[in-house]
Amino acid sequence: MKLTPVLSANWDQKDLFTIDGYRRNGGYSAMKKALAMEPAAIISLIKESGLRGRGGAGFPTGLKWSFIPQGDGKPHYLVVNADESEPGTCKDMPLLLANPHVLIEGVIIASYAINSNQAFIYVRGEVVHVVRRLQQAVADAYAAGLLGKNIDGKGYDLDLVIHAGAGAYICGEETALLDSLEGFRGQPRLRPPFPAIAGLYACPTVINNVESIASVPAIINGGVAWFASMGTEKSKGFTLYSLSGHVKQPGQYEAPLGITLRELLELSGGVREGHTLKFWTPGGSSTPLFTAEHLDVPLDYEGVASAGSMLGTKALQIFDETTCIVRAVLRWSEFYQHESCGKCTPCREGTYWLVQILKDLEAGKGTEEDLDKLLDLCDNILGRAFCALGDGATSPITSSIKYFRSEYIAHLTAGQCPFDPVASTLFAGVNA
Amino acid sequence: MLLKEATSDQMDEIIARYPRSRSAIMPLLHLVQSIEGFVTPQGIELVASKLGLSTAEVSGVATFYTQYKRRPVGEYHVGVCTNTLCAVMGGDAIFAGLKEHLGIGNDERTSDGKVSLEHIECNAACDYAPLIMVNWEFFDNQTVESAKALVDSLRDGEPPAPSRGPDRLPTWKENSAVLAGLNDGHANEGVQAGPASLVGLEIANRQIPEIGEQR
Ligand SMILES: Cc1cc2nc3c(=O)[nH]c(=O)nc-3n(C[C@H](O)[C@H](O)[C@H](O)COP(=O)(O)O)c2cc1C
Ligand code: SF4
Ligand code: FES
Repeated sequence: MKLTPVLSANWDQKDLFTIDGYRRNGGYSAMKKALAMEPAAIISLIKESGLRGRGGAGFPTGLKWSFIPQGDGKPHYLVVNADESEPGTCKDMPLLLANPHVLIEGVIIASYAINSNQAFIYVRGEVVHVVRRLQQAVADAYAAGLLGKNIDGKGYDLDLVIHAGAGAYICGEETALLDSLEGFRGQPRLRPPFPAIAGLYACPTVINNVESIASVPAIINGGVAWFASMGTEKSKGFTLYSLSGHVKQPGQYEAPLGITLRELLELSGGVREGHTLKFWTPGGSSTPLFTAEHLDVPLDYEGVASAGSMLGTKALQIFDETTCIVRAVLRWSEFYQHESCGKCTPCREGTYWLVQILKDLEAGKGTEEDLDKLLDLCDNILGRAFCALGDGATSPITSSIKYFRSEYIAHLTAGQCPFDPVASTLFAGVNA
Repeated sequence: MLLKEATSDQMDEIIARYPRSRSAIMPLLHLVQSIEGFVTPQGIELVASKLGLSTAEVSGVATFYTQYKRRPVGEYHVGVCTNTLCAVMGGDAIFAGLKEHLGIGNDERTSDGKVSLEHIECNAACDYAPLIMVNWEFFDNQTVESAKALVDSLRDGEPPAPSRGPDRLPTWKENSAVLAGLNDGHANEGVQAGPASLVGLEIANRQIPEIGEQR
């Protein structure tokens, strides 16, 4: 299969991140087209394209937009989720550094389609240069008459605010994000009501991932047939796969949905020299781990789900045979414990106990029954937690015990971790 | 300068961006950090009075988010990513090396006030692992040695430019102002895309179109 750079196509073009550079590469032409269309026609087009949300859950984007009530007399809001904090996920930030205007163009089109005059981009606060690029892009778009009153002379008004977060993974969860944006602690809300009915300030709100909204201008320009010519039956189009870890060339690879890790590794030069693939995440740490037996799983929503995991954010973190699975899982579990917002008991208490048990196991101090205790705890979190953070916390644990039970046991037998952490570093044998 | 004098107009300007004033609480807290270096009791009071909230409400929000500090951090706040991928690739060794080199622990500051240290979670740059953030600017592909050299230059007052960021590394306070929503004019500096962001594109550009294939 071939790579299909669309979002990333011009990242090597001079000054793409400026408004002039973006326009030189065709920027804001889709907006002109869209503003000449009926809002409902844009929603239909995005529906027909088959675009699905790139923030993790894969919900059809056009369908989400169509849930916004029309003629209800309330303000509508578009909120772009640029919180990008799922471990392994590193696509939205490079996209925004290289091309902030494509997101702004997408925001204008999406806001117009859902009849919104106020949009927000909620960007994680730990990436100041990305915030800067967004601030400048918004200022330049205002100065060029692409934001504000009477956009492009078409009688449509839109204001856009860049809102920097302050360090909280949970604020990527869409309802926690809304609470955070309203000025509260970022904790998830009960659903229903869904944001499309009662979102920001209890008004109809669409929340979409950066990549979802950034894909919209290309779809408007390229058309439904072009978009659907890439990808698989139910997972259409191109997407950014982020390859990281023990590979020769980590980075962003834009390909049709449904490409396999084997193909991506072949294209990118494979696992680092002299080593072999041990385990990987298909879509961030909240998606159950895969192993070498999953190299040929089509990386689309259905393919990954039928193999027992989730496409998630397409964050392919690759670990070779030098990596201790228990260490990896413990570290992810510590992350979930730290980021648990504390609202519900299964997650707040559960993640705490998971970490305690895993710490013992890593030190070779536990017993084999501890593995059953871990699975039991996971059972009590999965499906019982208030939001998907709790569910995600169980993914690395259950999947690792499924594939690497013997490695857990090896820690107990040895009374310590049998791995040398130096061997898995990038600078192994150099200066560690 | 007193916090209030320094920021009152800026606070009004930030509040005016939002449909409801309470939404401005996060940028206002970043703004407090841009003057005070951390979220001081006076800062909490000022934000509360500006937004018509109780200080308890503002504190409740401030303590929820890890970027709001309750104690002074260094002029250069160094975050070492120790989430799984970076940790395995060398982040753990880097963090241990820096603790030893600086003689401080997690969430501590050197006695000269120059550098503080924190282990951070995945910062959306795993393809540049192991990653260090200084004042939330990217320092990509670090080693134990490069990290030590980095903090030495911070302490010597000669901060190197970030891998993907502005030409000059801003201070903690300067970057807090950007997070508050104040554009510092440095957006057009630095690379557009780092090397790892471009590998896929470069490979795609080298791929030979298959025979008969249409573009
Ligand atoms: C704990 C947690 C963290 C999340 N973090 C993000 C994130 O950083 N970015 C994102 O777009 N979606 C994130 N999501 C998914 C959002 O809740 C939401 O589904 C998504 O933003 C919708 O956009 P999409 O339909 O365009 O994918 C997260 C979900 C959970 C449960
Ligand atoms: S599952 Fe965890 S993060 Fe989600 S609401 Fe419950 S405690 Fe908060
Ligand atoms: S794990 Fe360190 S940046 Fe993602």
